[in-house]
Amino acid sequence: MKLCFTAKGATLDTLSEDRFGRAPYFIIVESENGSFEAIQNPYADGAGGVGPKAAQVLIAHDVKALISGQVGGNAREVIIGAGIAMYTYNAGGSVKDAFDQFTKNTLVRS
Amino acid sequence: MKLAIASGKGGTGKSMVAANLAFTLSQTEPVTLVDCDVEEPNLHLFFPAAATTTEVTVPVPVVDDFSCKYCGKCEDFCQFGALTVLESRVLFFPELCHSCGGCTLVCPKGAIHEEPKRIGTVSISTPLPQLKLISGMLDTGIPHAVPIIRTAKKLAVGYPLVICDTAPGTSCPVVETLDGCDACILVTESTPFGLHDLRLAVDVAARLGVPIGIVINRSDGKDQATLAFCTDHDLEVMMTIPFEREIAAIQSRGDLLCRVRPEWQKAFAALFIKCSALSGGD
Repeated sequence: MKLCFTAKGATLDTLSEDRFGRAPYFIIVESENGSFEAIQNPYADGAGGVGPKAAQVLIAHDVKALISGQVGGNAREVIIGAGIAMYTYNAGGSVKDAFDQFTKNTLVRS
Repeated sequence: MKLAIASGKGGTGKSMVAANLAFTLSQTEPVTLVDCDVEEPNLHLFFPAAATTTEVTVPVPVVDDFSCKYCGKCEDFCQFGALTVLESRVLFFPELCHSCGGCTLVCPKGAIHEEPKRIGTVSISTPLPQLKLISGMLDTGIPHAVPIIRTAKKLAVGYPLVICDTAPGTSCPVVETLDGCDACILVTESTPFGLHDLRLAVDVAARLGVPIGIVINRSDGKDQATLAFCTDHDLEVMMTIPFEREIAAIQSRGDLLCRVRPEWQKAFAALFIKCSALSGGD
């Protein structure tokens, strides 16, 4: 299943980003084998309505779970509507750390 | 003649200048005063009178579930993220919608039509025999001030002398108000913040091609930095209002400087003559 992590950079070693809609990168990890794809968020510097637009990126990539710090109201509504699970990670570590915590099942569902 | 009163920084005295200018001029000619600070209109406090209020609406899309095939064309078109198409449902966020109508045009099934949504009101009153006041008021929680400003300005079309009081800042509401004005007064104060925001406001007005004149309010006499800026940018300081407790007290009571101290009417009448010269008029 595909997981999406919000990140400051394009690799697993970069720091995770707390914000969802304005995260510079979405790191999409295949939980079965750990392979990943980095997507630059085209809405990171958008003027408005970035939450739903960013959520549409997750839907387009068939993401099943989002791991991020804060998800705004509009984005949350789209994500819930699309049946994507949300987990909170705001420990400020790397994407890899967030992935490890997710696999250890220590993250809280939000 | 359409004149805007703007400032950049909030609280410099835009409404004070607008109200006193309108009061003074209305003694001799018809004046239409438009409160375009629709998030916090306050001119009606200086001119209490019975008003006729009408609703302002904007068109927003409504999706017909029977005709919609969830193709996603409306979502792709919407630059504001107001529409998200899920497998069997369309999510609409009205506060993100800019009412452009594009979604209704791109829908291949004709499944989207528009319905009016209330965003605020405009009120018209005649507080003085020759003074008409048009006040725009945005509803609480609505993020789109511009359609209210547009409506308020439209109601003032055709009147010979229109004075528009703008919102503070330099964003869309200010641009919408300044657009099409013959001249603008930028009200500043003797503080570094006042000068900082004056620079921004001058930049906006200049880009819009609106001639600018400056009023220094609450002057403590130490206006060298502002005066130097005005000299550098070839801007005339058309009036200086001193920092005086009595003026503040009059204003805070909701009264007008020019009513309580009529000698100020001469100064405001002179200010208007300078504004007319700015706009290239007589």
